[in-house]
Amino acid sequence: MANVELHKVVKTYDNTPAVRGVDLHIDDKEFIVLVGPSGCGKSTTLRMIAGLEEITDGEIMIGGDVVNDVPPKDRDIAMVFQNYALYPHMTVFENMSFGLRLKRFPKAEIKRRVDEAARILDITDLLERKPKQLSGGQRQRVAMGRAIVRDPKVFLFDEPLSNLDAKLRVQMRTEIKKVHQKVRTTTVYVTHDQVEAMTLADRVVVMNNGLIEQVGEPNDLYHAPATKFVAGFIGSPAMNFVPCRLEKAGGGGLSVRLTDKIAFTVPAERTRRYEPFVGRGRLTFGLRPEHVTDARGALEKDQQKLDVTLTVTEPMGMETLVYFAIDGTELCGRVSPNAGARDGGPMTLAAHLGDMHLIDEDTGKVV
Amino acid sequence: MASVATAAGGIGPKPKVGSISRDRKWALRWSYFFLVVFAIFFLTPPVYMLITSLKTSAEISAATNPWWVFNPTLENYAELLGSNQYITFFRNSALVSVIVVALTMLISVPAAFALSRMKFWGSATLASGVFLTYLVPETLLFLPLFKMMVTFTEWTGIELINHWYVLLLLYPTLTVPFCTWIMIGYFASIPKELDEAALIDGAGWLQTLLKIFIPVALPGLIAATIFAFTVSWAQFLYPLAFTTSADQLVLPVGIITSLIKGDVFNWGQIMTGALLGAAPPLIIYAFLMDYYIAGLTAGATKG
Repeated sequence: MANVELHKVVKTYDNTPAVRGVDLHIDDKEFIVLVGPSGCGKSTTLRMIAGLEEITDGEIMIGGDVVNDVPPKDRDIAMVFQNYALYPHMTVFENMSFGLRLKRFPKAEIKRRVDEAARILDITDLLERKPKQLSGGQRQRVAMGRAIVRDPKVFLFDEPLSNLDAKLRVQMRTEIKKVHQKVRTTTVYVTHDQVEAMTLADRVVVMNNGLIEQVGEPNDLYHAPATKFVAGFIGSPAMNFVPCRLEKAGGGGLSVRLTDKIAFTVPAERTRRYEPFVGRGRLTFGLRPEHVTDARGALEKDQQKLDVTLTVTEPMGMETLVYFAIDGTELCGRVSPNAGARDGGPMTLAAHLGDMHLIDEDTGKVV
Repeated sequence: MASVATAAGGIGPKPKVGSISRDRKWALRWSYFFLVVFAIFFLTPPVYMLITSLKTSAEISAATNPWWVFNPTLENYAELLGSNQYITFFRNSALVSVIVVALTMLISVPAAFALSRMKFWGSATLASGVFLTYLVPETLLFLPLFKMMVTFTEWTGIELINHWYVLLLLYPTLTVPFCTWIMIGYFASIPKELDEAALIDGAGWLQTLLKIFIPVALPGLIAATIFAFTVSWAQFLYPLAFTTSADQLVLPVGIITSLIKGDVFNWGQIMTGALLGAAPPLIIYAFLMDYYIAGLTAGATKG
């Protein structure tokens, strides 16, 4: 058990920067998820923590010790790979005990640990099988078992669920969370799947272009994204973005103008925050699809009507996704399945301005 | 064949010209045709050797049908296996081949591991270089090699030429480059994550090689072993040039020098000797084929 610290960590491949100065503090027992699009540097960061990639600049500390020049085997970490990386010629038991056997643990201790891990992962019946006799989900469990038996300071997961089918992925996700609740080992988990990130993490680290965009608890990232990138990356369907202008309205209020015809009144409590941006160009209005709903009955506070013509509707069962365009920008809303949404039909929607975001395009930051 | 054609013709409508099943049928016919041609081509010499080995010298020189044995006899076998000389050739060949195979593996497996996994300055060039040395024909090499052995004797006083063990130094020049090349290919096909997992599990390079790479690349190792053994067993030019005394000869050269006296060819025994000499590689091949389990890497990673 240990905390992990990254100070100004940089990785460059032949003058191409992959990670451009990452600062991160991971607490003991914490489950941290690094998430971001391909090539954002999340896997490289993980591999640097593992010691599989050398660090170009900066410092990595595990349990208070600088490990920049410590080989992977002496960092007391365990890693689960995307493609499992099980030793094909060994049985499940041998796979799981390989690390312990190398460290010359007593046989009884090895057996105790493997049995314990197998019990946690429910793979006791598979111990004598070879990896090729296992299904994808079982292989992934074995790979996790191999990590657990080592009782390391830190678990590292490199997109461990990407090779599984959708159903199994959901199941294994829960499984990983349960395992973490049982063993409470500091965990760094890399994924490109924001749902995995949101569901698993104590804190999510969103990376883009080799830099950390934002670190925070899943709900904070979702409701208070710091940048446009985070706002757009977290959440599915993604947040709606429309270029806008901020104007003074009567009574000291502000209104956000999307088109010549469409303008919303900014909620009163945000007026002060948004005031400096009045009249400035390059602003973007952001609103999540679940904050664009069907207008049923009287509108609540900070809700405003929006009459649109739907282009496409996608019934999801519990809700229907509706798509429409404002001045050529396609937007998405979530309405009740009984709201009568149909392709090409008109609809009156309610925009929940209390949940709006205003983005300054010059900095990419959410105001 | 006729029944197959009828059965195929009886199912469903007549296949259209150029259909996949029709193409496949023709591909199969052509494959079998060439398979038979090659089988005849390659099996004729050993069959002829077997027929001749069962004949007496008199029958061989008689103007009868060469493809038939009228008075089969095991006389050639008894005589050859009873002769100390043939047993010596056989022993020399076995010793040389087994030791050369061992030496080759000891050199090429770690070399291939280093070249395929440890990226160091010039490793790619070195890997190509290893293969290029294999392309230099032995007919070009044996003269400088002979000179080297002579110089070695002059400097150290250790006599290598005309001893069977000189071949232990010579054969690896043929086997090591090719085996290294084969093993580089096999090692390169092992997913990178496997050695990373071993590295994190606490294995050093040597442990990774011995406990992960060699077992996983066993089919490749066996292919390389078979190659090295066959090359050593069948090598003719080097032993002909470097060994002369009857007790130092290996089988291919021994048969020729001891069974051809002047212009008298003892065909019956030559054929018997060659046939018996061909047996060990065949046996080894058959034995190792059982262990040549393709797809050993299945299950290592996704899939």
